[in-house]
Amino acid sequence: MALINYASREINAKIVYYGPGLGGKTTNIKYIYTKLNPAIKGKLISLATELDRTLFFDFLPVDLGTIRGFKTRFHLYTVPGQVFYNASRKLILKGVDGIIFVADSQIERFDENIESLENMQDNLKAYNLSLDKIPLVIQYNKRDLPNITSVEELQKVLNPQNKYQYFEGVATQGIGVFETLKEVCRHVLKALA
Amino acid sequence: MPEGISLFEEDFWAINDELNRLLQGTNARTILLIDKAGQLITSSGDTTSLDTSSFATLSAADFAATSQLASLIGEKEFSTLFHQGEKENLYVCLIADRVILAVIFDQRTTLGLVRVKTKNTAAELEKIFSDIFSKLEKETGPREISSDFTKAAEEELDKLFGL
Repeated sequence: MALINYASREINAKIVYYGPGLGGKTTNIKYIYTKLNPAIKGKLISLATELDRTLFFDFLPVDLGTIRGFKTRFHLYTVPGQVFYNASRKLILKGVDGIIFVADSQIERFDENIESLENMQDNLKAYNLSLDKIPLVIQYNKRDLPNITSVEELQKVLNPQNKYQYFEGVATQGIGVFETLKEVCRHVLKALA
Repeated sequence: MPEGISLFEEDFWAINDELNRLLQGTNARTILLIDKAGQLITSSGDTTSLDTSSFATLSAADFAATSQLASLIGEKEFSTLFHQGEKENLYVCLIADRVILAVIFDQRTTLGLVRVKTKNTAAELEKIFSDIFSKLEKETGPREISSDFTKAAEEELDKLFGL
């Protein structure tokens, strides 16, 4: 959960990109890194395998600026998507303030999205957290590919009650990337007040 | 126990005093206090050449991964970690189950001294943090984060992301 330091007037919040392997979580964070003004971003850290699969996490700190006297900063993390890295995934969720679920729209990845969302809920439970307490925003990624499931179908299984805001994305081109991030940041800041 | 940490003036300065005392007592280069989620709480000593955000995140990840290793061999936790380098070393310990104290030191001091002095500081910090956590549970202390803050934050988000 957010760290609020009234003495140094700082607020740090943690946002986690979750979702199935190769779904575009790292692509989101890398796009953000390339587009943000160097003055407000920190170093991008990637703990990845030689084949560029996230092994532990990616990390990018982003300064929002000073709001009502508080220096506000978001820490963006991605989790490793591959099923067998669950121990790492769970660790990254510790202290999370907001989650972006990056779903892979490709037809053949349909079930993996469902598994990943269920896995996320199980992992949150381990910290006594749930999506009732933690803001979630969904990004349906890879909308530019030919073999994709319709958003309606994806919504039916991942967001049946339409409880969570969602965006369509093409993370490789930056489409939907900042929209998704902004929405989750908004929810996180609202929850602080 | 509440998940988030809110630090108020008095506690913050008490923590910094402890860290400064430890820094002087050990002749360490830098001391950082980090929450388990990877956020830097405060630091003491030389941080000019150190990317403290990255350091905090990786220390917390290191500690979290090591805790899992501990549980795999039937230990509850490894309460301290030590990384030895050619010139710089890192000694890390857990405080009040929630906060990580990282001491970076070189040949100007010794591991033995760092270990002994850190143990004393850890005990003092443990008291301060227990106090902070019980305050947070009672939700006392000033609350300056208002709905006014949310409005200003939204404006900043618009500016930052330009959407």
